[in-house]
Amino acid sequence: MPDLAIIIPSVLNGLTTGALYALVALGLTLIYGVLHIINFAHGALLMVGLYAVYFLNATLGIDPYVALLIVPPLMFALGYALQRGIIGKASHGRDENILLVTLGLSIVIENLSLFVFKSDTRAIDTPYSFEVVEILGAFLPLPKVIAFAGALITATLLWLLMARTDLGKAIRALAKERKGAKLVGINTEHVFAMSFGLGIGCLGVAACLLLPSYYVNPQVGHGFVLIAFTIVVLGGMGSFVGALIGGLIIGVVEALGGLFLGESLGQIGIFLIFILVLIFRPTGLLGHKV
Amino acid sequence: MTEKKQSHGIQRRDFLKTTGAAALGLGVTGFPAVLRAQPAAVKVGLIHPVSGFIAFSGTQCREGALMAIADINAAGGIKSLGGAKLEAVLADSQGKPDIGAAEVAKMAEAGVDGFVAGYSSAISLATSQEAAKTNTPHIVDVGVSDSIVNRGLSNTFRFGPGYGKIAAFAVDNLDTINKAAGSPAKTAMIIHEESLFGTGTANLLSEKLPEKGIEVVEVIKHANPTRDFTNIVLQIKSKKPDLIIPANYYNEYVLLARTMRQQRVEAMGIYSVLGGAASNYKFVKEFPEAAEYIMDCNHWFNPKSDVALQRKKAAEDKGLIYTYEVFLAYNAVLGLADAFERAGTTDKEAVNAALASSTMDMSFMPYGPTKMVNGQNEGAQPVNTQVLKGDIEVIFPEEFASAETVFPMK
Repeated sequence: MPDLAIIIPSVLNGLTTGALYALVALGLTLIYGVLHIINFAHGALLMVGLYAVYFLNATLGIDPYVALLIVPPLMFALGYALQRGIIGKASHGRDENILLVTLGLSIVIENLSLFVFKSDTRAIDTPYSFEVVEILGAFLPLPKVIAFAGALITATLLWLLMARTDLGKAIRALAKERKGAKLVGINTEHVFAMSFGLGIGCLGVAACLLLPSYYVNPQVGHGFVLIAFTIVVLGGMGSFVGALIGGLIIGVVEALGGLFLGESLGQIGIFLIFILVLIFRPTGLLGHKV
Repeated sequence: MTEKKQSHGIQRRDFLKTTGAAALGLGVTGFPAVLRAQPAAVKVGLIHPVSGFIAFSGTQCREGALMAIADINAAGGIKSLGGAKLEAVLADSQGKPDIGAAEVAKMAEAGVDGFVAGYSSAISLATSQEAAKTNTPHIVDVGVSDSIVNRGLSNTFRFGPGYGKIAAFAVDNLDTINKAAGSPAKTAMIIHEESLFGTGTANLLSEKLPEKGIEVVEVIKHANPTRDFTNIVLQIKSKKPDLIIPANYYNEYVLLARTMRQQRVEAMGIYSVLGGAASNYKFVKEFPEAAEYIMDCNHWFNPKSDVALQRKKAAEDKGLIYTYEVFLAYNAVLGLADAFERAGTTDKEAVNAALASSTMDMSFMPYGPTKMVNGQNEGAQPVNTQVLKGDIEVIFPEEFASAETVFPMK
């Protein structure tokens, strides 16, 4: 039985890892939770963001945190264009088509990046890669502490955007009643694309905060997609605070599961939670807010 | 609309007629005259997983094999065949044994004279078995599984060492290194990935290390991919083993090494067998601090051989990272070409016989004399490497060593 000296650092580490998961899930909760677009390309687009951060660092020497000013806007534009140019046009508003289109997109993006970047795993070394912050006797890597703060800020900003701006109101209106939204003069195509763009922009933020403690290769997104979907359902579809809390819970469950059940088996904790939530609280932890 | 389509169709047909006739004309009158003057090229099938989850390694293999073919051709081709050039026939196994085997079948039918394949053990088992149906010579470049050469296939050869030898060598050398330092290491912890490679290594070491006076205090298995190693590293910290033995692929190896560094793990040594990143220049270059002092038992070139160093430089000039895949695939092509040269024919029986009696000079590798027994080069062996001052040095066996072992690490 692991002693307390391990459990505390493990929980703290789970919280920071969970914050990273939450960052990936924040974009998805907007796209999947609010607009009900099952975006299978979410992992592939995270990979695109990670490559952007990597190449900005490798070629121009731009720090991943400075890249926060560049990558998220670019990812937003990419998301907007994808929704307007491809997903929206090809799906004709039918959910099953959207599913296939995003799945197709993910295959195309992954294979293109395999062709262009090769299967080579790339990581960056920053001056702070090995910096740690000591909390309660645990060494927490500085990049992960920053990512934790980043996740809190991003979730708050998204919540403010949805609650306080016209765009937020339009997105919510669209989610609740598509025809009604159209009738009152909301440009639904534009709002759809804005939401998708925002979701993908979140991935840009996630990429900037993730790369200093992780790596990128064409398959990197796979490890995050399923977890992100779990977090969205756990937190409640479309709830940003829910996604944040869900991410943190998943992070801690994964950490403690690994500690008590072994690293291979520990992952089942995540999916047990997923099943339990679906049975006992299908709307998710904070789902009623949607 | 219909009219428009028709007009396109006619144009295309016209185009095909014209170009087809032109090509036929050229074929009859022009090129064959040139071709007839050349001896027929010797076709070498290169089947590697250049896409899929092991694409990096597969691509490295292909590059190494292509470099060897280019070098051999530049040096005049196969002289006993009138200077016949080697011609690479490429295929992608996508990391899947069945696809690798299907590519072998296709190429064998198309008249390929020999194969160099397949990087992983699982793929090599499938490709060599398929090639055996037509008795086409097949060199396994990397795949280390002992069963590759234990099936009695007369067409299957390997110039590099097999797993049994590597593992025995790794345990013996660790023992030697430990004893030379006054046997300070008494406990070890094994961190391994969950597939055949990691599990096999973990089982073998758990059995052999106690015989050398090193107790294995814990064995931790992890999935691929594992996104975070903090938990595992925390357990390492609590057990405080003298030795940490990772057996995992590149990505997980790098994350583990980085996390150990972040969590300030203090051990006497990190020692791996066929470690995913420990003998990889990329890891050493990107994370010199995390890589420093890590020891590995792996394939390596002879650092005292000028030929080996020239090849390394040539590969690096091409922008390649000089990993073991590159030089092992290079050697495999070299071995096959040497067999064609000595056989003086591409007759499969004769080339297989030439391979079975190969005594090719491999002094550019840290090997003994080449001697084939059941298709396995008995002279092949791994070496121990250690990352020292940001470079990968050979520390054992002594005759090939380029640096002194630092153990326990500081």
